[in-house]
Amino acid sequence: MEIAENILLTIATASTPLLIAALGELVVERSGVLNLGVEGMMVMGAVCGFVLTATTGSPWLGLIGAVFAAALFSLLFGFLTLSIATNQVASGLSLTLLGLGLSGLIGEKFVGIAGQKLPSLYIPGLSDIPLIGRLVFGQDPIFYISLALVVGVMWFLFRTRAGLTLRAIGDNHESAHALGIGVIRARYLAVLFGGACAGLAGAHLSLVYTPQWVENMTSGRGWIALALVVFASWRPWRVLAGAYLFGGVTIGQLHAQALGVGIPSQLLSALPYLATIAVLVIISRNRRLTLLNTPASLGRPFVPNR
Amino acid sequence: MQLALVRRQYPSRVLSVFTPFIAFGLTLLAGSIMFAAQGLDPLVTLYTYFVEPLIETWSLHELAIKAAPLILIGVGLSVCFLSNNWNIGAEGQFVVGAITGSALPVLWPDFANFATLPLMLLFGVLGGCAYACIPALLKTRFNTNEILTSLMLVYVAQLLLDWLVRGPWRNPEGFNFPETRIFNDAAILPELFSEYGRANWGIVFALVAAIGVWLMLRKTLKGFEVQVVGASPRAGRFAGFSSSRMVFFAFGLSGALAGLAGIAEVAGASGQLRPVISPGYGFTAIIVAFLGRLNPLGIVAAGLVLALTYLGGEAAQIALGLSDKVVRVFQGMLLFFVLATDTLIHYQVRVTGGTTAGDSRGDR
Repeated sequence: MEIAENILLTIATASTPLLIAALGELVVERSGVLNLGVEGMMVMGAVCGFVLTATTGSPWLGLIGAVFAAALFSLLFGFLTLSIATNQVASGLSLTLLGLGLSGLIGEKFVGIAGQKLPSLYIPGLSDIPLIGRLVFGQDPIFYISLALVVGVMWFLFRTRAGLTLRAIGDNHESAHALGIGVIRARYLAVLFGGACAGLAGAHLSLVYTPQWVENMTSGRGWIALALVVFASWRPWRVLAGAYLFGGVTIGQLHAQALGVGIPSQLLSALPYLATIAVLVIISRNRRLTLLNTPASLGRPFVPNR
Repeated sequence: MQLALVRRQYPSRVLSVFTPFIAFGLTLLAGSIMFAAQGLDPLVTLYTYFVEPLIETWSLHELAIKAAPLILIGVGLSVCFLSNNWNIGAEGQFVVGAITGSALPVLWPDFANFATLPLMLLFGVLGGCAYACIPALLKTRFNTNEILTSLMLVYVAQLLLDWLVRGPWRNPEGFNFPETRIFNDAAILPELFSEYGRANWGIVFALVAAIGVWLMLRKTLKGFEVQVVGASPRAGRFAGFSSSRMVFFAFGLSGALAGLAGIAEVAGASGQLRPVISPGYGFTAIIVAFLGRLNPLGIVAAGLVLALTYLGGEAAQIALGLSDKVVRVFQGMLLFFVLATDTLIHYQVRVTGGTTAGDSRGDR
């Protein structure tokens, strides 16, 4: 019982950053922008969250700082792709490379320092219920935010006028512009939201998952989040399912390593990456379905024609 | 205040030559601010970083050693990017090329004759090429996004190398260090002018590859095809160019060059396999490709500049105590400014005051 509960808890912890980062990117891509900088924004969130926590002593300030720092960082990408219409793939890569470099510099003096963990929820009585108590009532605050975000993003995209507008922009920016919708402004907001989410995901890594700063500590999670958006065919609830699937694979291979099964640990460590490839292949082999779901303007630069 | 872009009728030729220089200048400016923020004199630091490594012969040799893989990979990537194939897994292809090429001296250390080195290079090329064909195959067969698959394969390749040097390929006489046996002399890439410095044949391979690919792009039908398919896939289809063959060509060529870079690095600079063999050459080469404006000859110059960022980083770390983390910041900023200034080639940027898009349209 205890072991099952612990495994489920660690799966939730491993899945949460993937879920949040992917949800943010989903909104960005729904607006027709492909931001490959998730890894860079995430690692910036992780380092800023950790450094702020270590200097102020408050993980809550660290959390807020991480969200703001990553959102601010995403503006660099916004400026390149939205204001001066550069290639989105290359600009996203530049954001990732810059983020990995900057985070290393910012966090240099904080390597090896013990961090503070964001306190988990504890409700006397409820959190002590066997098996489900800690799962439902005893997790870290970011876990609850991530679930709220799933519902929030679903509601926003499919139940509000602004969400409809955003999807329209993602499907055809010329038409949206002709209708008088501010394409660039909406996309800036989407990119900012994506940055904030990536920052939150990064903060989860350095304040909850492993409360410390290690260079490149995102180790490809930003890229897996990008793959999750494709896997989910741009639907929030499928992102939830995908993120937990990947969290399960990650934790499963960690437990297999700890048990010392006869498989090389490197092969087990490679499983999440191989699983990403496998899943992408399975999803994308149906060409018609992919075309149907992909935001039609995804990745195409837009210059308002006045 | 708002920026408005007005498309030029023709891309500006003058600017397409000068933007990389403007970008480099802006990077230096931003770098100076970063140095000043760390309490260092920007001018002294810039001198130590970007000029001092160029003064002495031995460090010019080191520059060539670092530039060789960057140019080799960057040239291959230019063909990919020109034809709209986003191979960002060159780092993985570099690692796999190093592994397949090293198989010979690691597994058969007694096979040491004139054929050893050519065979190693050949295996490296084939290994990198084959590894790059995985994302190409997935893209053409299953329509899978090549950006994500090629990147995921980087992690897989690094883990494969880690497993090999800690497991089956570990040096039996190596006191359990995670490294392979040291290559026999016949498996070492010779130095060019060994009395002056360590530069080896890698830089020659890089220059030959750059000129070869430049000629291919300029003078052959295949090169024309690369540019047509990249500029307009639809036009390419009408012209009868197969887009799947182009995917394999671009990935295969860039993987082969990355693989060559990998085995040349291992057979040249290190002489054995270790868990980490690259300071991110495969990713830095993306910056090289863009700084060189996807022109193989420009990439030669860009490769030297990015090699200088590595070398200067080491020099400034030793002389001034500057953090080695600055190197990647410099490289990241450089790509940022290259992309930003690239816009100037295709657009005129006008600053308009206060009005939004909707307003200015209403005025007319």
